Amino acid sequence: MLSRRLFLKSSALIGCSAAAHPLLSSIALASAPGENRLVVIILRGAMDGLDVFQPYGDPHLRALRRTLSPGPDGGALDLDGFFALHPALAPLMPLWRAGELGFAPAVSTPYRDKRSHFDGQDMLEAGTGTDLALYQQRDGWLNRLLQTMPNISSETAYSVGLEKMRILGGPAPSKSWAPEAAFSLSPQAQRLLERVYHDDPLFREAGGQAMEIVSEGIGTIHEDGGPTRDTRALARFAADRLSAGTRIATFSISGWDSHARQSKVIGRALDRLSDAILTLREGLGRTWMKTTVLAMTEFGRTAAENGTGGTDHGTGGALLMAGGAVRGGRAMGRWPGLAEGDLYAGRDLMPVRDIRAYAAWALHDLYGVRREVLEGTVFPGLDMEDNPRILA
Amino acid sequence: MTFDPQIAAIRLGYGLSPLTAPPATAGDLLDSVRLAGMDQDPMRMRRVRRVQDRLVKLNARMKNAQGAEKADTRDRKRAYQRKIRDLERQLVQRRIARAVGDPAGFGERLVQFWSDHFTVSGGGLQQMLMAASLVDEAIRPHLSGRFADMMFAAETHPRMLTYLDQARSFGPNSTIARRQQNRELGLNENLAREMIELHSLGVAGDYTQTDVRQLAKLLTGLTYNARKDQSFRPGMAEPGAETVLGRSYGGDGPARLADIRAVIDDLAGHEDTASHLARKLAVHFVSDDPPAGLIGRLAAVYRETDGDLGMLSAALAEAPEVAAHFRAKMRQPFDFLVAALRGLGFDRDAVMALPLREAHARLINPLKGMGQDWGRPRGPDGWPEAAESWVTPQGLATRIDWAMRHPAKLVATLPDPRSFLISTLGDTASDALRWAVPKAESAREGLAIILASSDFNRR
Repeated sequence: MLSRRLFLKSSALIGCSAAAHPLLSSIALASAPGENRLVVIILRGAMDGLDVFQPYGDPHLRALRRTLSPGPDGGALDLDGFFALHPALAPLMPLWRAGELGFAPAVSTPYRDKRSHFDGQDMLEAGTGTDLALYQQRDGWLNRLLQTMPNISSETAYSVGLEKMRILGGPAPSKSWAPEAAFSLSPQAQRLLERVYHDDPLFREAGGQAMEIVSEGIGTIHEDGGPTRDTRALARFAADRLSAGTRIATFSISGWDSHARQSKVIGRALDRLSDAILTLREGLGRTWMKTTVLAMTEFGRTAAENGTGGTDHGTGGALLMAGGAVRGGRAMGRWPGLAEGDLYAGRDLMPVRDIRAYAAWALHDLYGVRREVLEGTVFPGLDMEDNPRILA
Repeated sequence: MTFDPQIAAIRLGYGLSPLTAPPATAGDLLDSVRLAGMDQDPMRMRRVRRVQDRLVKLNARMKNAQGAEKADTRDRKRAYQRKIRDLERQLVQRRIARAVGDPAGFGERLVQFWSDHFTVSGGGLQQMLMAASLVDEAIRPHLSGRFADMMFAAETHPRMLTYLDQARSFGPNSTIARRQQNRELGLNENLAREMIELHSLGVAGDYTQTDVRQLAKLLTGLTYNARKDQSFRPGMAEPGAETVLGRSYGGDGPARLADIRAVIDDLAGHEDTASHLARKLAVHFVSDDPPAGLIGRLAAVYRETDGDLGMLSAALAEAPEVAAHFRAKMRQPFDFLVAALRGLGFDRDAVMALPLREAHARLINPLKGMGQDWGRPRGPDGWPEAAESWVTPQGLATRIDWAMRHPAKLVATLPDPRSFLISTLGDTASDALRWAVPKAESAREGLAIILASSDFNRR
């Protein structure tokens, strides 16, 4: 860790004083960040919530999925008699038992129907509704949160990794860091490149070997080996900063776009998510008890398995919550059911609640941000409804 | 034949940019050639000599100094060397910036083509500075001029004279060689051979070893000395006349630089030179296996205009073969990076605003992994042209890796891949790429797939 070259880059607007921002003069200030930590992990590519938290108690699941999400009979770990955890997340079972892991199975952003990764992620990170055109959604909701907080410094919030974290973009200062390590191509990117190279014999021939070289890492990687090292490096850095002056950290994990051979694809992605959470827990030590991790994805996937052992872009999906501060060990929110009439557009899991409501209540309980600020500024237009009480 | 702006920008320039419209006419391409010919803070030999002078003095002081003074001088020398290293990197950064900022790109592509035609390679920092001067002082001023003038400027440039050993070539019967017989000073054929084989007639041209030998003798006297601004030393020259390709140069009088000028004029005007240059241009800009018709037309223009490079460039800009052989060529690594930067919305100033360390880590250094260690081609024949030379597993891996890692570090906000596809490839993207891009999991990967695609890496 110490030997890694650190490339610290302040966000573009670091020179802009938060106190000078007009928002601050017009709204009541939230309390200072205090001791609570928030980590937001964006799961890019649309995680299949139905496979991660398998609703084996729903009588319609088996008819929809021939091979996927087999429940406890197929090796998943029973959680509460209705949901079972994907076996790749077995390392997180101790957290579930300790009440440090929970989930909301059927949530979504207000984004609907076009099912584009980029647009879906933009809306998830912007935290806005559908009333704004996507190009107008410049600030991310974590940045608007910072704008409401007094006494923040550029260290208060960090984005970690190479992905641009739009969620933290905006006038309030923050920092970003990415290791100078090679990032492996996601399985989806490899598949797409193979297809793009297919009709060009020269590229087709060199491409296969080239992608192997890339995935072995051209740059120098100091984290221990293995397929999850990139993600562990991000989580370790985040834990390091959060143990000092940082209160909010965000990074992303890709590799969820499981159109084919989902059991392989999602297994690798879940390994990364699991290692990220365990690395945070290990790195934070006692601070873990003050930490809330929200792992959010742009949308869910189709309720039914497709013809290639995968699933396609859907609507409702799962939100994963972890951390010592979380009141876990339970599924949160209503279960919409998988009967044909229960599905969104006859194909996707129906979202029963806006994913932003969970995030908003977390900010309310972690930092004392008032409801009118959350509903008016951080997540404009959101109706938070009842407190799901995700924090212990 | 209608002119296709997008294809012209991609094939003859450094690709499309969201900041500038592609060239609307062949005239826009030629405007860019004029722009590339203009002085913009050039690296001059005068400045290289000042650097060399300073280093010579520091070395002398090192030699004579004692104790604390010696250590102090060593520190100052090291600090100065670091400064020169930075200067050398700045020159590469500036070269990239000029290419990124050239609106139609054709001018800077030609700068690279002719600099590669007159390749110099390697050496230490001083040699790298001299190589930059060769581009700025011998290539750019003649971009739209006569080939003979460019050839004379390049062949007699200090970096060419040192790279191809001419600076150490003595006529066996020259005054200096006869005076210092114990030093065994003699002829070196290196520059003479490449002047014919690579720079003018081409290896298939009608010449013999005797012509090379005679030219080598004729070239004696050309030299370079860091301390003396003298490019021709009659004392090194072989006395008497030499016969090259059937024509006699020099005679009984004192050796003169004018004889060398005369032989270069004749080499430039040779029938085979027209075909050699025409073929080389067609290979570089059109196809590894270019159509004979195009070569013939370009060669005819060259002959009819007495080697007017402006007219030659114009003929290339208007050639229908440019569109007909779309994507037959690979973008070399330098061109790949420049095209990527243009696509990401960089202009000249934005490239120059990159801190030097950043420019080195994200641009100059990756070129090496892609197989184009800038300023160090393997031989005097320059960078390879064949697509197979560039699409190697390691080279392609470095391009993919660059596409995955660096754009996100270079720009504050990555463009949406769907708009990036349009702004870099316009209407030319293949169906496979159009299909793949919206399916990428993240904006970063979508962008990387475009940059790593064969569509983007070919032209």
